[in-house]
Amino acid sequence: MDAILLQILNGLDKGSAYALIALGLTLIFGTLGVVNFAHGALFMIGAFCAVTLQRILNLSFELVDETQKDFLGNPLKVKTPYVEAWFGPDIGGSIIDWAVPLAILFAIPIMIGVGYVMERGLIKHFYKRPHADQILVTFGLAIVLQEVVKYFYGANPIQTPAPDALNGVVNLGAAIGMDIVYPVWRVVYFFFAVLIIGGIFSFLQFTTFGMVVRAGMADRETVGLLGINIDRRFTIMFGIAAAVAGLAGVMYTPINSPNYHMGMDFLVLSFVVVVVGGMGSLPGAVLAGFLLGVLESFASMNEVKSLLPGIDQIIIYVVAIIILLTRPRGLMGRKGVMEE
Amino acid sequence: MSNFNASRRRVLKTGAIAGAGVALPTIFTASSAAAFTNEPTGGTVTLGFNVPQTGPYADEGADELRAYELAVEHLNGGGDGGMMNTFSSKALQGNGILGKKVEYVTGDTQTKSDAARASAKSMIEKDGAVMITGGSSSGVAIAVQGLCQEAGVIFMAGLTHSNDTTGKDKKANGFRHFFNGYMSGAALAPVLKNLYGTDRVAYHLTADYTWGWTQEESIAAATEALGWQTVNKVRTPLAATDFSSYIAPVLNSGADVLVLNHYGGNMVNSLTNAVQFGLREKVVNGKNFEIVVPLYSRLMAKGAGENVKGIHGSTNWHWTLQDEGSMAFVKSFGTKYGFPPSQAAHTCYVQTLLYADAVERAGSFNPCAVAESLEGFEFDGMGNGPTLYRAEDHQCFKDVLVVRGKENPTSEFDLLEVVEVTPRAQVEYAPDHPMFAGGNLGACNPGA
Amino acid sequence: MFGLDKKDTSKLIIVACLALLAPFILNPFPTDSALAQFNAGYPDLMQRFVIFGIFAIGFNILFGLTGYLSFGHAAFLGVGSYSAVWMFKLIGMNVIPAIVLSVIVAGLFALLIGFVSLRRSGIYFSILTLAFAQMSFNLAYSVLTPITNGETGLQLTLEDPRILGVSATTDGSIPVTNLFGLEMRSTFEMAVGPWAFQFNAGYYLCALIMLAAFYLSIRIFRSPFGMMLRAVKSNQQRMNYTGLNTRPYTLAAFVISGMYAGLAGGLMASMDPLAGAERMQWTASGEVVLMTILGGAGTLIGPVLGAGFIKYFENIFSKINDNVLHTWFSFLPDGMEDAVVFIIHPFIGKGWHLTLGILFMLVVIFLPGGLVEGGQRIKGWLSRRKAKGSNTSGETNPAE
Repeated sequence: MDAILLQILNGLDKGSAYALIALGLTLIFGTLGVVNFAHGALFMIGAFCAVTLQRILNLSFELVDETQKDFLGNPLKVKTPYVEAWFGPDIGGSIIDWAVPLAILFAIPIMIGVGYVMERGLIKHFYKRPHADQILVTFGLAIVLQEVVKYFYGANPIQTPAPDALNGVVNLGAAIGMDIVYPVWRVVYFFFAVLIIGGIFSFLQFTTFGMVVRAGMADRETVGLLGINIDRRFTIMFGIAAAVAGLAGVMYTPINSPNYHMGMDFLVLSFVVVVVGGMGSLPGAVLAGFLLGVLESFASMNEVKSLLPGIDQIIIYVVAIIILLTRPRGLMGRKGVMEE
Repeated sequence: MSNFNASRRRVLKTGAIAGAGVALPTIFTASSAAAFTNEPTGGTVTLGFNVPQTGPYADEGADELRAYELAVEHLNGGGDGGMMNTFSSKALQGNGILGKKVEYVTGDTQTKSDAARASAKSMIEKDGAVMITGGSSSGVAIAVQGLCQEAGVIFMAGLTHSNDTTGKDKKANGFRHFFNGYMSGAALAPVLKNLYGTDRVAYHLTADYTWGWTQEESIAAATEALGWQTVNKVRTPLAATDFSSYIAPVLNSGADVLVLNHYGGNMVNSLTNAVQFGLREKVVNGKNFEIVVPLYSRLMAKGAGENVKGIHGSTNWHWTLQDEGSMAFVKSFGTKYGFPPSQAAHTCYVQTLLYADAVERAGSFNPCAVAESLEGFEFDGMGNGPTLYRAEDHQCFKDVLVVRGKENPTSEFDLLEVVEVTPRAQVEYAPDHPMFAGGNLGACNPGA
Repeated sequence: MFGLDKKDTSKLIIVACLALLAPFILNPFPTDSALAQFNAGYPDLMQRFVIFGIFAIGFNILFGLTGYLSFGHAAFLGVGSYSAVWMFKLIGMNVIPAIVLSVIVAGLFALLIGFVSLRRSGIYFSILTLAFAQMSFNLAYSVLTPITNGETGLQLTLEDPRILGVSATTDGSIPVTNLFGLEMRSTFEMAVGPWAFQFNAGYYLCALIMLAAFYLSIRIFRSPFGMMLRAVKSNQQRMNYTGLNTRPYTLAAFVISGMYAGLAGGLMASMDPLAGAERMQWTASGEVVLMTILGGAGTLIGPVLGAGFIKYFENIFSKINDNVLHTWFSFLPDGMEDAVVFIIHPFIGKGWHLTLGILFMLVVIFLPGGLVEGGQRIKGWLSRRKAKGSNTSGETNPAE
């Protein structure tokens, strides 16, 4: 029982990452009708926002310490971060410690900016082009973005730890008399994802802006005829989708050390999630994200694996095939979207 | 149309063609006048450095490439000579190899067997490389080793840790300096026994491909010989990034040691996840829960940051070693690039020197002559103590390091500390050991 | 000729000339010159050009004609390679049975996957094919290792039975692939002045098969069957309303293109007897999509161009290193030389992905029809200039 609950938690946690990425992907597709293969790269850029902030906070000046030697036998240069020099080692140290949560504030403007530039500079010219061209150009962009990141940060994973206060484990089962120990940061990640998803839905549901965007998603032409500048709003939605992917990336860094190709690793998966959820359906994407996350966790249980060896390698694809064969347009897809 | 004022090689070639008149079945680009594939005839000799430049091991590949460039510099008489001064064999003069200036070509393996073979083939067919070296994974090493055997050039393996490279997939033209899974197990076992006792229950998480399996087999055998139990061996997909669903079952399995048979990004993530789940603070069966990472790499340890502290593993070489050879190498590498070399860089540098030395001693670039002079070769001064290139399987036998993640690193390179240098005798095994059985070295192939 | 109209015949002849003269065309620079780095006329790369050409031609029959975007075509290539290597292991080293088996097995596999996947269309179809291919890849890498040899890739060994051949040659080596005795790796080298041209038996076998495949694809494009497939692309609904069941046609196209992929896989294994699981990964499937779109989807010659383009970058650009750059620019003054090398450095060697990504984007942005459109534009520009040139010369005589 404990084991099953634990795997549900793991699944929800994985699912939150899938859902956040898929949400942004669907948002872009639903509003602009663009298949964005660079969406994984946005996730990756978000993660590297956290790395960059960590680096900035760790910018140091060097003092030569004659008493110590470096590996070549020269006097050691001792590095002290400026932040620690300015605020004292205590406050400075805790600022560095909280680099990842702080990176949220850092990443939002950057990601919206990246999204805006991407849409205006490139994607805009591809609305009328076939989906195949969109795939190719955004795939090219994804390669370029990840190679640029690789050039500056190298190919190895980079450690970006969560703040010490959030690094331990918490017993989630204490209230119900069970022993369910779970990492604090993963709990934080889950609630963060729920918050973002809730935020996006209420934004679309309860604001005028959101209403116009939803109307535009349903019938772009008519909304345009009403004299509303729908393109502009869609551009903003692209920025928001980029920010969602970016924040998913920022918060993900303590769970897995980011590297330059993490976007590509998530790309295929997030497409599967979106399609299983149904093209153009936001709730579908979220539902599919959590569903696949949980099933993936169950499949990696030893009991399941001993019954079906290798099932954890392919569970996502098996589920995708079953769902697409029983429900032609995924869980909640609309008719006629991306079916030609 | 034909211009006969060409080099001797070309004249011979053209002559042979004119004489035969039809397509002669020759191997790769070797002309029928040559005694073996890509026989160097001019004043230079070309080596092929085939390393991952894209993909997850690109940084390791870059470090290998640095080591190769350093080795070439030293062979051609540049720099401070590095390990050439401490190497027990004094055949190398610093005037290239057999008086020929060493040149090199580079390629990208992408850590894919196909791409690695394509790259190695272009070096052999187009650039006339007489030796191929490099790589950062066993799959690639075995694939390229097979190719070099067919083509008739020497392959000096880079970083490859699977037992199979010199076990069931060994080849007469292939040589491995790096250690292997069996040696990791043999070196780690006594240290683990001293630290954690003989009454332990181990849980293995293993990357689900051939390297992972051979290491799992080796470590399990070595620890079971100590009296440890193995409660479970779980295979994880290579593509996995989040290991939470594999770590969670460990909590209630009754195990008190977790063995992570992972490398690279897998290792970084599984170790980070294991620490996140609080495994290191756990007490099971009245003992502290421990994590072991049998194959350590400093470059990868960096990605896991704080999490490696106090965790034991084995490694082929580490830059803090205080023997003459290691110090000379660290000095020339550090002076040139500004940071200490990785174990991958070390093994690649040594392999290049060993090859060059073997050619000098054989007096020929002919792969069969080179292989003969490498087989059974005993040497010292290369950082791992007295070393033997065993003739039966072309595996190097040397001391193995057991290392631990350092508690108080003084720099970003100072992540591991050497706990014990396991002597060579302890990691030796018979060539027909069951874990290495089933292969056949075959006959050396000079091509042509 | 061959039942083709004039235009198609000339296309076929052009492709034939390009393929047969490739050792000359791809080796424009003398062997010892600095630009020899750009020579692509060595057997391995030439083989890859035509093999991936076959793969892309086959993919284009499905995608270019019906518009169905399969994202799992690499699975058929992989299955073809595995079947071929198993033939080498069990039967013997002749390439014919290996190639035949790989085409058959890939065809059957395509029939199975196509039958299921073609129940959906659009992106749902793409994801279904992707899912099947990724499943094949993941299983081949892990659980199916006894058949596929996992990460290492399926290789020949000295212990293989090879019932119609020998397990090992007299000198203790693994026998090499051959066509009734003609070794695939035998190469005839011709030195002409400073140039060296390599004529490889394996390459010519691949090239001839590629020409046959190309011819077949022209016939399919021009046949009533091809028309039917195009109709599916332009409006499947209308087709259904006329009472036609389009599924058999699309399935046939899917199987044919799967067999092309299997043929490519079989040839690949015949040239170099190794089959690795990564041949089936989604990136490999993506690559053939890129080749086809980059070259020009739906055109006859485009996919071949796209295949050549990508493979050229992968094999030539990744091999340029700083050392090479320094030799190229050594004529510049020292400071300048370093500056130039510094600027170019990110785009070569380990940065070849970056260059490829940028070129993808440039081609798609400026040449919506792919490389073929680029060719047409150059042709148009040339002919316009010619026309203009003759005009001007007709109107005014240059003052001399």
